[in-house]
Amino acid sequence: MKHVKTLNTKTYASRAIGSGCGECQASCQSACKTSCTVGNQRCERRVDENTTKKNQNTGK
Amino acid sequence: MVHTFRRLGSNIAVDTESGAVHVLSPVAYKMLSYIKPPLTQDMPVSLRYSLAKYDSSGVEEAYEELYSLYERGELFSDAIPLGDISKALSTRIKSMCLHVSHDCNMRCRYCFADCGGYVRERTLMSQKTGKRALDFLIEKSGGVRNLEVDFFGGEPLLNFDVVREITRYGRELEAKHGKNIRFTLTTNGSLLDDESIDFINAEMSNVVLSIDGRQQVNDYMRPFEDGSGSYETIIPKYKKLVERRGDGEYYVRGTFTRRNLDFATDVLHLVDLGFSAVSVEPVVLPQESEYSIRKEDLPVIIAEYEKLALEYIARAKAGRPFTFFHFIIDLDGGPCAIKRAKGCGSGCEYVAVTPDGSIYPCHQFAGEEKFKIGNIFDGVIDENIRNTFAHCNLIENPTCADCWAKYYCGGGCAANNFHMEGDIMKPYSIACELERARVEFALAIKAALAK
Ligand code: SF4
Ligand code: SF4
Repeated sequence: MKHVKTLNTKTYASRAIGSGCGECQASCQSACKTSCTVGNQRCERRVDENTTKKNQNTGK
Repeated sequence: MVHTFRRLGSNIAVDTESGAVHVLSPVAYKMLSYIKPPLTQDMPVSLRYSLAKYDSSGVEEAYEELYSLYERGELFSDAIPLGDISKALSTRIKSMCLHVSHDCNMRCRYCFADCGGYVRERTLMSQKTGKRALDFLIEKSGGVRNLEVDFFGGEPLLNFDVVREITRYGRELEAKHGKNIRFTLTTNGSLLDDESIDFINAEMSNVVLSIDGRQQVNDYMRPFEDGSGSYETIIPKYKKLVERRGDGEYYVRGTFTRRNLDFATDVLHLVDLGFSAVSVEPVVLPQESEYSIRKEDLPVIIAEYEKLALEYIARAKAGRPFTFFHFIIDLDGGPCAIKRAKGCGSGCEYVAVTPDGSIYPCHQFAGEEKFKIGNIFDGVIDENIRNTFAHCNLIENPTCADCWAKYYCGGGCAANNFHMEGDIMKPYSIACELERARVEFALAIKAALAK
C-alpha cells in the first residue's frame, strides 16, 4: 500500500482470543508501582497463530 | 474509535478496538478527519472538494486503501465484546504486595508511605504473618497457577531474614500446590550486600532498584535519615547486582518531580551508568506540594518525553538500545482484551498485606481504614469493598470507555484517582494526559524504527 503502513502483523485476533485466564503478571507489580499501564505486558499463553477470528464491521 | 496524531514526523492512526496502528501518508491522514463510519466502497464526492489541494488520483488511492482497512476490521472496528468484567475480577486473588517492613532508613521527600511509617508506627512483618499471607494467597488463588508476591516497604531489606524465610516457605507451597510463585522486590538499595544480592538474583524474578537519576536530583529527594545523599552508597551496589544478574529482569526506577522536569537527562544518566532497563515516572502529590506536577507543567513534560523518544530512536538505530518502561508496547503479542480492560486489578486480583496482617486493595491504600478489606488471619473479606473495585474497569468507567488509549493504559490508577480526585472511579486528569502522550510517543517510536 502506498498510503498506509500498518505496524502490527496481527491485530484484533490476537487481542480477542485470550480468555482472561489470569496467568499473566499484575500490571502494577513490575517497574511502576505508582501507576498502571498494560500495553507493555506479555500474554503467558502463546496465541495460536492459526486462530484468526475476523472482526466484523457494522459501522460504529 | 480512531485516534489520529502526529509525533516524531509520522502521521499515525490508532484503531482503538482492533489495536491496529497505521502510519499514513499526508493525504490519507487528512482524509481521516473527513470520514466517518459506515464507509461506502465508492468514495464520497465531497472528499474531492475537501482534499482539493492534493492530487486527485492520490486521493482516490488513499480512499481505497483506507476502505480496505475498514473492510478488514482495522479501521473503525467494533468494540470487543467483553461481557461482565467485574464478575471475572472478583473471584480470586493472585498477586500480593507484602509490606514486610513499615520502616525505612531513607527520608524521601515525596514518599507516599510517609517514610515507611505508613501513618502509624514503624513495624516489621513477622515470619508468622508472612507465611500466613502466602497460605491465604494460595487459598484464594483458585485455578490460577502463576502467582506473584512483591516484597515491598518501607525498605524490605530491613527485614531481610523474614524475606528469606517467606521465600523459602513459598517454594515449599509451590511444590505442594502445583503453583509458580514469582517473587519480586523493590528496594532503596542502601542495605544491599553480597548476601542479599545473591539471594535476590537467585530468587527474585524481577527487582526494582530505586534511584532518581543525577546525583544532585537523587540526593535532594532521596536522603538518608541524617540528611546525607544516597547516590554514592547505592550506585556501586546496583552495579554489582546488575552485573551478577546476567539476563535476569530488573529495573532501575525513579520518580521525577517539579524540580527536575528535565527528567530525560536523568533517564539518560542512568542509561549511561550502564543500566539498560529504566523507568522514571511522574510524582503523584497534592497540587499544593512544592514537588507536585501541575497542569501548567504538562507542555514541558511532553517536550521532555519527545526529547527522550528521539534519543531512544537514535540509540536503537546505532545499536545501543535501552529500555524505557513507558515506551515499550507489544503491538502483536500483548495481553488479551480482558486483561487490558481490568488493568491493575487492585482490590480484586491484587491486594496488599501490611505487617499486622491487614488486607488493603493495594500498596497505595495501605493504612486507609475505610479501604481495609479484611485480614489474613480469619480470611474474612469485605466483599463490598472488593465489589467497588471490581467496577473499576474500562467498560464500566465512562471516562475510560471513551478514551482512545484505554487498551494501552488499562484504566489508570485507582489510588491516584482517590488521592487526587477523591474518587477511585474518577481518572486523575494529569496522569491521563501524560499516559496518552507516552503512548503516542511509544507508537511513534515504532513507526520511526520501522522506516
Ligand atoms: S488514560 Fe485516563 S481515561 Fe484513558 S484509560 Fe487511562 S485512566 Fe482511563
Ligand atoms: S491502584 Fe494504582 S498503585 Fe494500586 S495497584 Fe492499581 S495502579 Fe498500582
